[in-house]
Amino acid sequence: MKAIPITATVNGDPVEFLCTPDEPLLDVLRNRLGLTGAKEGCGTGDCGACSVTVNGRLVCSCLVLGAECEGAEIATIEGMADGETLHPLQRHFIEKAALQCGVCTPGILVASKALLAQNASPTDEEVRYWLAGNLCRCTGYDKIIEAVQSAAAEMRGEV
Amino acid sequence: MALDDKKTRFKYVGTTPNRPDGVDKVTGKAQYGADITAPGMLTAAILRSPHAHAKIVSIDASAALAMPGVRAVVTGADFLDHEDAFFADVSETCMAKGKALYDGHPVAAVAATTPAIAKAAVRAIKVEYAPLPHVTDVDEAMKPSAPIVLEGRALEHVPAGMSQNVTNTCEFGHGDVEAGFAKADLVLERSFKVSATHQGYIEPQACLASFAADGRADLWCCTQGQFFVRALCSQIVGMEASQLRVTPSEIGGGFGGKTTVFIEPVALMLSKKSGRPVKVVMTRDEVFKATGPTVHASVDCKIGMTKDGRITAGDMTLRYSGGAWPSGTIEMGAQAGFAAYDMPAVRTVGWTALTNRPKEISYRAPGAPQAVYAVEALIDEMCQKLNLDPVETRLKNAARAGTLSSYGVTFQEIGMVATLEAAKAHPHWSAPLGPNQGRGVAAGFWFNFGGNTCVSLNISTDGTVSVTEGNPDIGGSRAAISLMAAEELGVPYESVRTIVADTASLGYNDNTDGSRVTFAVGLATIKAAREAIKVMCQRAAAFWGIDAEAVEWIDGAAHPAGPNAGKFPPMSLAEIAAMSFQTGGPIAGHHEVNVDGAGVSFGVHICDVEVDPETGFTKVLRYTVAQDAGKAVHPQYVEGQMQGGAVQGIGWALNEEYIYGADGRLQNAGFLDYRIPVASDLPKIDTVILEIPNPGHPYGVRGVGETPIVPPLAAVTNAVSRAIGKRMYQVPMSPPRILTTIKG
Amino acid sequence: MVKVRLWGTLRQWTDGQAEVDVEGRTFKEVLDALAAAYPGLGPQIKRGVSLAVDGVIYRDAWFQPVDPGAEVVLMPFMKGG
Repeated sequence: MKAIPITATVNGDPVEFLCTPDEPLLDVLRNRLGLTGAKEGCGTGDCGACSVTVNGRLVCSCLVLGAECEGAEIATIEGMADGETLHPLQRHFIEKAALQCGVCTPGILVASKALLAQNASPTDEEVRYWLAGNLCRCTGYDKIIEAVQSAAAEMRGEV
Repeated sequence: MALDDKKTRFKYVGTTPNRPDGVDKVTGKAQYGADITAPGMLTAAILRSPHAHAKIVSIDASAALAMPGVRAVVTGADFLDHEDAFFADVSETCMAKGKALYDGHPVAAVAATTPAIAKAAVRAIKVEYAPLPHVTDVDEAMKPSAPIVLEGRALEHVPAGMSQNVTNTCEFGHGDVEAGFAKADLVLERSFKVSATHQGYIEPQACLASFAADGRADLWCCTQGQFFVRALCSQIVGMEASQLRVTPSEIGGGFGGKTTVFIEPVALMLSKKSGRPVKVVMTRDEVFKATGPTVHASVDCKIGMTKDGRITAGDMTLRYSGGAWPSGTIEMGAQAGFAAYDMPAVRTVGWTALTNRPKEISYRAPGAPQAVYAVEALIDEMCQKLNLDPVETRLKNAARAGTLSSYGVTFQEIGMVATLEAAKAHPHWSAPLGPNQGRGVAAGFWFNFGGNTCVSLNISTDGTVSVTEGNPDIGGSRAAISLMAAEELGVPYESVRTIVADTASLGYNDNTDGSRVTFAVGLATIKAAREAIKVMCQRAAAFWGIDAEAVEWIDGAAHPAGPNAGKFPPMSLAEIAAMSFQTGGPIAGHHEVNVDGAGVSFGVHICDVEVDPETGFTKVLRYTVAQDAGKAVHPQYVEGQMQGGAVQGIGWALNEEYIYGADGRLQNAGFLDYRIPVASDLPKIDTVILEIPNPGHPYGVRGVGETPIVPPLAAVTNAVSRAIGKRMYQVPMSPPRILTTIKG
Repeated sequence: MVKVRLWGTLRQWTDGQAEVDVEGRTFKEVLDALAAAYPGLGPQIKRGVSLAVDGVIYRDAWFQPVDPGAEVVLMPFMKGG
């Protein structure tokens, strides 16, 4: 299969890459661009560990083709912090012990950020349903929900 | 200071600082198994048997080898024959030799320049199979007429005349069981089935192997034990342990499932053949088909009880299958089943049989959930029949200090009564329930272990501390170990950095398993710190010109011990460290030990459910975990273990199971069809930590991680059974199974 | 003499006795004495056993002292996940 040249941005940086027509965006990010923050937990869109946003939309990058991303704005976990300053979600995840092994954490953070971008004051149930596509096997989710809510409160300026 | 001093007042232990691996994990920088690469790296793909059981007649890899970009192929013929059955079995789980024993059993592997070429090359390998009859159910496998999975593997104490699939049997207990049943007002006997489940770690197994031409090799992998990986791989590949350095990556979940090797020897063999670094990353489908799930079990349980709720006797027969190779897990289950109770008479008989399934690997408290489930569900049914309160009944029978346990050992101070009292006192226990709702309670037990442990602790000249330990961190152990080092040395938590070393940097450490790390590595860290303190006291004494015995360590500084020692201002760790080059050289402490004395732990869970009578769908409404955790070094992370373990148990109770078709093939090898709990399935998981100190640890630490998966199978079963008014005898309680029971 | 409690499976090698008396002052001496007095126990001891002494489970602790009056229980080699 002949490779396709693609021009896009990742976390605001311009990128150019070649990818085969059947190559998932996840493989492009990890193998061609060296961005290994998105993880492959299943390769079938069931676990959410590879969550990124493409043009602001939350996707499983294992289900998006690299070739679909011409001109796209891609955002990954690597772009979430501002230099040394963590995003409130990142900080609250650490402080609330919302991660153990941490392999699902990049996907859950990206997904949570996408939730708060469209709903600044979700209920616990809304958070639980929004994150239902992101599997975590370590925490039982409790502390993840708490961390999203306390980060949301801070982002609303309540703390 | 005596090395065996027990501490009961703490400055840092018991606080909840941020974990040292936190920032890397929230920014995507943390490197897991699949994130590691090497220049010139090849990628491997593995060919797996599509048959449950088949003789491998021939393998022709010539077409694959001829493909451009293919650099090496390995098959079972490349793997050594091992006299030692243990190593032979592990080797054969990595690559079949002569016979494929389950759907997904590796039969060949290819290393190529790209993943696409490797996958295409695997498809080009021609394997001729002669399919054999198969068996995937433990009860079927025990029948004399069952297809034989492996011959001649029965232990010497298995009675003659049974199917060759039966490889092990065990019996535990004390007292006259029949006499006990004769004293009972109610004797009930029930049969239970427990499906096999998978640990379900989100990170598939991954490794990178690099073999050098002079016979040295490096291996990077996600594992619960780099030293055990080295021991296994050096034997399987045939090299000296010192020539193989294994470096553990961050680990994306393990829960017992990463305590062995599946792909690492294959990667090493491919690297050796090709002369290039070789990376192997499993797909999720491969993880389900060919890494270790739990045993599946069939259990008969019989209990006698007086009408006021005193258990008079218990008798249980457990049949476990750990797949195509012998498994010792039955012994753990048979010992744990009745361990929470003071049993006047008890007998547990266990059997293990081979089936055409992947080899079982540990999963949190291996063997215990299956046995405890049967006991706890049956006690609940008896409470219903006798109109007894299930918590009061358990209290009446609870094991306590001095109780002769079901496995023959008399208990020391234990927390069974305290956890039951905590459950009884919790508002959850007395909250009202609505229609179609039910509340279940169940107890659980686990042993916890210590094991081989090495810690090296180094003091830097700026007064900061490095702790080098050898156990991959799966639940926050680096934070817990840093806390214990800070506590002992009297320096801030932030001054301590704990790292997990490769196999060349430290002596042997047992796997991160058995709830051992905070207990055993913590103990070794405390002792290493005490050794460094001894050195620092000597340095201060020499500086002051007094005897070392006249110096004591208080709150991070050396002090003259009393007025007779001399009048000197205290000298802090940083001050002593700063002059260390001039006072004798760098300051360090280390400790190497095979730790024993882990404390057993008990948990009591309360679960509320609502069952939809139309669909059989169960919603968990409320869940509370009370556990005897010993001293909670980092209480947030202790809660995390309790919540995470409980949710895995809830998944087992309601959804998770290995489903094999009549063709012996796994039907649900993916997260869509093997459904682990998601956030919207669950309520808040409330926790009650009971800090009953373990006398075997200087700070009273017990293990925490495994016990929480033991009670949920029965807690949820008891809730569902009470909600629908009929008893359930099988987990998982999928909606069709619940509907079948409701409709009778 | 130390009184060692055996689990049920092993009683076929000790003429049905649930507890046997052997000479031994340490973990290893007790196991060696057991294997010598009851050769049928040999394979299991070789595969691996634990020994609980007064309620504490020891694995591979050859020099662990075993007092004559102690409660000594032979157990399978214990493992975790």
